[in-house]
Amino acid sequence: MYDDTPDLATGTPHDEARRQLQICNACRYCEGYCSAFPAITRLRAFADGDITQIANLCHNCCGCYYACQYTEPHEFALNLPQALAQVRTQSWQDYAWPAPLARLFHRHAYATVAATLLGIAALFLLIQAVPAPASGTGFYAVLSHSAMIALFAPLFLLPLAALALGLRRYWRDVGGARPTLAQWRDALAQAAQMRNLKGGHGEGCNFEEGARFTPARRMAHHAVMYGFLLCFASTSTGTILHYGFDMPAPYSLWSLPKLFGITGGLLLTAGCVWMLALKARAEAHLSDPETTAADTAFVGLLGMVAASGLALYALGQTVAMPALLALHLGAVASFFLLTPYTKMAHGFFRLAALLKDAQARGV
Amino acid sequence: MSKPAEINLTPDILVVGGGNAALTAALCAREAGRYVSVLEAAPKPYRGGNSRHTRNFRCMHRGPLGVLTGSYGEDEYFDDLLKVTKGDTDPALAKLAIAASERAYCWMEAHGVRFQPSLSGTLSLSRTNAFFLGGGKALVNAYYAQAEDAGIDLHYNAHVDHLSVSDTRITEVTARLDEVAYRFTPGAVIVASGGFQADTNWLARAWGPAAKNFLIRGTPYNRGVVLKDLLDQGMESVGDPTQCHAVAIDGRAPKFDGGIVTRLDCVPFSVVVNRDAERFYDEGEDIWPKRYAIWGRLVAAQPDQVAYVIIDATSRELFMPSVFPPVEADTIEGLGQQLGLPGAKLRQTIDAFNAACRPGTFHATELDGLATEGLTPPKTNWARPIIEPPFYGYSLRPGVTFTYLGLKVDETARVTGAGGRMDNLWAAGEIMAGSILGQGYLAGFGMTIGTVFGQIAGEEAAAHV
Ligand SMILES: Cc1cc2nc3c(=O)[nH]c(=O)nc-3n(C[C@H](O)[C@H](O)[C@H](O)COP(=O)(O)OP(=O)(O)OC[C@H]3O[C@@H](n4cnc5c(N)ncnc54)[C@H](O)[C@@H]3O)c2cc1C
Ligand code: SF4
Ligand code: SF4
Repeated sequence: MYDDTPDLATGTPHDEARRQLQICNACRYCEGYCSAFPAITRLRAFADGDITQIANLCHNCCGCYYACQYTEPHEFALNLPQALAQVRTQSWQDYAWPAPLARLFHRHAYATVAATLLGIAALFLLIQAVPAPASGTGFYAVLSHSAMIALFAPLFLLPLAALALGLRRYWRDVGGARPTLAQWRDALAQAAQMRNLKGGHGEGCNFEEGARFTPARRMAHHAVMYGFLLCFASTSTGTILHYGFDMPAPYSLWSLPKLFGITGGLLLTAGCVWMLALKARAEAHLSDPETTAADTAFVGLLGMVAASGLALYALGQTVAMPALLALHLGAVASFFLLTPYTKMAHGFFRLAALLKDAQARGV
Repeated sequence: MSKPAEINLTPDILVVGGGNAALTAALCAREAGRYVSVLEAAPKPYRGGNSRHTRNFRCMHRGPLGVLTGSYGEDEYFDDLLKVTKGDTDPALAKLAIAASERAYCWMEAHGVRFQPSLSGTLSLSRTNAFFLGGGKALVNAYYAQAEDAGIDLHYNAHVDHLSVSDTRITEVTARLDEVAYRFTPGAVIVASGGFQADTNWLARAWGPAAKNFLIRGTPYNRGVVLKDLLDQGMESVGDPTQCHAVAIDGRAPKFDGGIVTRLDCVPFSVVVNRDAERFYDEGEDIWPKRYAIWGRLVAAQPDQVAYVIIDATSRELFMPSVFPPVEADTIEGLGQQLGLPGAKLRQTIDAFNAACRPGTFHATELDGLATEGLTPPKTNWARPIIEPPFYGYSLRPGVTFTYLGLKVDETARVTGAGGRMDNLWAAGEIMAGSILGQGYLAGFGMTIGTVFGQIAGEEAAAHV
């Protein structure tokens, strides 16, 4: 199962994390930083499923690295943020369906870049190959509405199905029960605030400034998450207007799809740029060094989806429109397809972990 | 994190050490407008001495204060101190430290230290001790960040070798920075370089060769170089070189820096034997936090300075998890063999203990009076027969936390020399803790002494230059 063993001396990522978690459980100094530590102190022995769950609770704030008196050169060589990041990567790979795709995209930046370029090229070809009906206006003059639906409905639904399969496997391995409404509320509230990136004292995390706490990563992540959700809301309201009210695109500036889309696009673009800047300053050895490049490529793709969407809005009336449309739709298509196999999957597993944690806390 | 390009050899105040006491003093002196340099012997990853291993400080408070519940008055605090030190304490300095601890809490918070409610498994301390969020290293990190921002010159890998004493003045300080020798001529010096426990030769001079088998729980950099240098030049000393805080820790702990995780909380539920598989002390004398600190000495007095804790399956989950898994066997003889103990003798000792156990109700968290009968030494609480396999064993060694022999200071943290009170030398932290603690130890008092006297030393030295 674990074919990417990082280091024979320490065994699998789960074994190395187990070694470190046993030290933490005898120490507990970091108990106040995040949800992972109370989950650790509830146990005495750590089965693989427990470790997977703890790893998915960890938001890589790095607080427990800088506070640890046992980091290298100490012989205990604690580096919990990294150990848990490696378990997470391993878990996302193992639970993904099909798993080889996840191995490819989690570990190789070029794969994401290639998939993005392929997606864009495919859209260029498609636009040329499938002539739009003369009645189409706006974007539909370039690619017909039915062609868009025929393309994007499966591109959206298939990855979701693959993710659901992975999440089911996760839920089984961590021993999750049927969640209650209160547990959902608890988990969603934690995710909405990104409580685990606040550092217990509310001053943020140790991501990009060494031992100093800053709120930057949490803010950047908020921008990405809420930007993404707004973009999603834009598409959803567009779909509802189209089918429910027979109001096809294009929409005016003061319509819901545009308001959501523009604010979301701006937030998402800015968030991705900010994230990339923070990532460049972060210490790679506190995360899974094998996925840094691939994660960067993925954030780049997400930013490109947002930026090309904005460009399309700004330049939609010019001759650049067909090319921009192909660029944007191509990026969106690759993004959808890659969701179960890239860093994007983490959001879903995090939410599952928070839900399971709510159950363990007796919510 | 930049290192100053130039080394200022004439700072107003030179602080020797880089732990809690040193940084507190440095920050206070800087805030009084002085130019301050800090010389820390350790490299950056090990900065912060023993302070980076701590988890809490003991704090007086009249009512709920931050994370502290209820109230903990001056008198109760002082009584607690008298109990553990058996009266061997300087009442004036002790009361000063206690009274100032409340102000220290606020000062710490204002300087970036964050507190949290007592850690899981330490509920008994929620009223008396304020726990640092992230532990002592997080505290040290906060102070270093403040020191950088305040423009204090920080030097790592900076070993102070000698302070030149002339009459009542320190005229020069010799130090090696990255192995290059420098002579500093500061206006005043604050020494906060800890005890001497990491110098096992010195420990051996005080304790005899047994000391070579002691483990040092904290930093390897507290070798008492500055303390010895000053004592050799006639500074007045307090404390007895054999007095130290020592606990019994997991015998497999590293020689230095094992820190908090190497403690073992299972003694009250166990039978403890020495190398010859013989019991030597009442394992159930009192609840563990109250007896924790005497077992270091008890084990130190045994042959080869080693002991073995034996428990059975019924007690496995009753104590905080250990950092290393215990040795495990299905029979007592088998366990003895794995631990390197005479198996038949161990069987005999356990059988005799089991036969002396009496029926009764067992209570893990309170004195349950479940005592042995007709056994020497007795086990006066939690005495349940060791019969349920698998059996588990840990080895125990003395782990030294810090030594008490130190410099004598007055209530302004000023050091006294052969010619009377020194003009420009102050001390704070472990290096002068013996002025307050003659013996015994109260959990969380080390950080109180360091913070309070660090503040005093910083302010007084700043007012002097
Ligand atoms: C495992 C463990 C847990 C503890 N837990 C607690 C607790 O929870 N609460 C509590 O109150 N106390 C605790 N203590 C005790 C506490 O650590 C000390 O009382 C306190 O840290 C003393 O602070 P200090 O600044 O005097 O010394 P330290 O923090 O030890 O600092 C001494 C500094 O001096 C430096 N130094 C030494 N020699 C030289 C030299 N020649 N030149 C330059 N620099 C030098 C060292 O590198 C170090 O930075 C604990 C101790 C240990 C070992
Ligand atoms: S990361 Fe280090 S300081 Fe934090 S709980 Fe674990 S061992 Fe303790
Ligand atoms: S890196 Fe942060 S979120 Fe992860 S376990 Fe450590 S403290 Fe918790």
